[in-house]
Amino acid sequence: MFFFGGVKAKIMGKNNLFLTQLRSACSICKKDILIYYLKSPVLIFSFVSPFFLLLAFIFGRNLSFDFLLPVVLGLSIFFTSSSVGPIIIPWETRMRTLEKLVSCPISLEFILLGDILAGFLYGVGVTLVILMVFMGFSILVIDNLFFLILAIILSNLCFSCLGILISIPPTDNPSNIMMLSNLVKFPLVFISGVFMPVNQLPFLIRILAKFSPLTYTVDLLRCSLGKEHIYSGFFSLLVIIVFIIIFFCLAIFFHKKNLSKRF
Amino acid sequence: MGDIAIQVSNLTKLYGKTLAVDRINFEVKKGEIFGFLGPNGAGKTTTQRILTGIIKANSGTVSIMGLNIETESFYAKRQIGVVPEIANVYIDLSAWNNLMLIGSLYGLSKKNRIAKAEELLKLFNLYERKDEKTKTFSKGMKQRLLLAMALMSEPKVLFLDEPTSGLDVQSCRLIREKILEFNRHDMSIFLTTHNITEADQMCNRVAIVNHGKIAVIDTPEKLKKEFQFMQVIEVLFNKEIQNKRELEKMRGISKIQKVNDKFKIYTDDTDCLIREIINFSHREKLKIISLNTLAPNLEEVFLKIVEEHKSG
Ligand SMILES: Nc1ncnc2c1ncn2[C@@H]1O[C@H](COP(=O)(O)OP(=O)(O)O)[C@@H](O)[C@H]1O
Ligand SMILES: [Mg+2]
Repeated sequence: MFFFGGVKAKIMGKNNLFLTQLRSACSICKKDILIYYLKSPVLIFSFVSPFFLLLAFIFGRNLSFDFLLPVVLGLSIFFTSSSVGPIIIPWETRMRTLEKLVSCPISLEFILLGDILAGFLYGVGVTLVILMVFMGFSILVIDNLFFLILAIILSNLCFSCLGILISIPPTDNPSNIMMLSNLVKFPLVFISGVFMPVNQLPFLIRILAKFSPLTYTVDLLRCSLGKEHIYSGFFSLLVIIVFIIIFFCLAIFFHKKNLSKRF
Repeated sequence: MGDIAIQVSNLTKLYGKTLAVDRINFEVKKGEIFGFLGPNGAGKTTTQRILTGIIKANSGTVSIMGLNIETESFYAKRQIGVVPEIANVYIDLSAWNNLMLIGSLYGLSKKNRIAKAEELLKLFNLYERKDEKTKTFSKGMKQRLLLAMALMSEPKVLFLDEPTSGLDVQSCRLIREKILEFNRHDMSIFLTTHNITEADQMCNRVAIVNHGKIAVIDTPEKLKKEFQFMQVIEVLFNKEIQNKRELEKMRGISKIQKVNDKFKIYTDDTDCLIREIINFSHREKLKIISLNTLAPNLEEVFLKIVEEHKSG
């Protein structure tokens, strides 16, 4: 009996260990879907606030669908996928379910990966619904399907990671993280050339825009829908991937560091 | 080495400047129920969290079934089941889904998950309400579910942090019964508690802890002898007592205190004292309204034991 654990440990190689934990991450994601998708803060911050933001922008202006479609898509990706993490992490800290998860045979990286996956799927789901609505009204013209698909997948992944990154402070109060999340997200919208093409922005903001992943998401969407854009599609994709890696690594690093403060 | 379930050496945990766990050493044998007994703030929860890989110690090592909890944490964690101090099931999930989640995190196949969950839900009288969100569950039901979750993976070692504290009598009894039953099937058990009676009834060996230190590890029988002189009897008569001297004359008394209307009497021989009290009430024509025997105060026991171990 005593040797059982040891022998099993050796039989189960690194590869297998990775796959096992990946499966566990999927279970975490499934749990997140069941619990958090319909929680009111998630709904408010992913639909209500971007909707009013958009309304304020459109109101009294005569804007073409050409200009609006990528904006609507970009905003919905940005707000939906990043709204799940900031509720899961403080909530589970408060409910002490995080402690239960950490006692299970799954490392923190994979717990977070599960949460990221949940935000990602949420964003992808909502984006697909919006796309279908656009198609229903026949106002969608796709110029480059490859870029469109990758823009949707990678941007949702990127902003889901951003949501997890924002949840670093080890508080058990979801509204604190919500506040922080708004403090980060709204300014990002204004510096990322969402409502105005980047090259029409003031000089200082144009520099800031280069450091916002949302800039590249919106530009890539414009590119894939055959609208006027600044960067080449491949360049935007590459930058978004770099942002994903940076966000993911930073999130893991700081969450590990703060973990013991959550109990 | 081969018959040891938990091996702890030189474990230390600092929170800022507080030493929550102070260089403790102990081992739990396979098949043993090991009690970790101490007053609030003694460092019990902190110790269990380190043992179950939830937090890291500042120094020292822990191995579970021969696997180091830090360096081989994945495999060590697969050997254990954990019931943490505060009930933390997912209240937005049904009892069933809570069990499914834990089952899949421990790598159980779908078929095994379903079979195990059905078995455990029946065992803990939760089967009828398995599809309800646990939001609606009482504290006792949540705790039973938590125990079921800890048992999903058929762990070799089960950790329980005050599993019966604050629960209704029925849940308490059920939980204690089941723990003993699983133990008979060879599960080693680490039981944290501040309840002396519980430790006495359930454990093969008990460690008494305070301020992060282990004062003594021994069998409950031996420790009980040390508790004996600090039994307390609380008695309430129907009338004021005229003759206080008489009361003090009873045999077996080590100290009397009056608390409100009740008398709190310390003794080393409860049996003798109860008889004396009854005789006394006959003589003085008093009625006994209530008579309770109280477990000794842990803090006092601890201090006493520490003193004895210093001098002895
Ligand atoms: N997360 C924490 N941060 C700071 N101090 C803590 C923390 N957890 C426990 N402590 C301190 O460590 C000591 C032991 O606590 P704990 O292990 O919870 O005791 P017990 O479970 O025996 O009641 C206490 O003095 C407590 O205040
Ligand atoms: Mg405790």
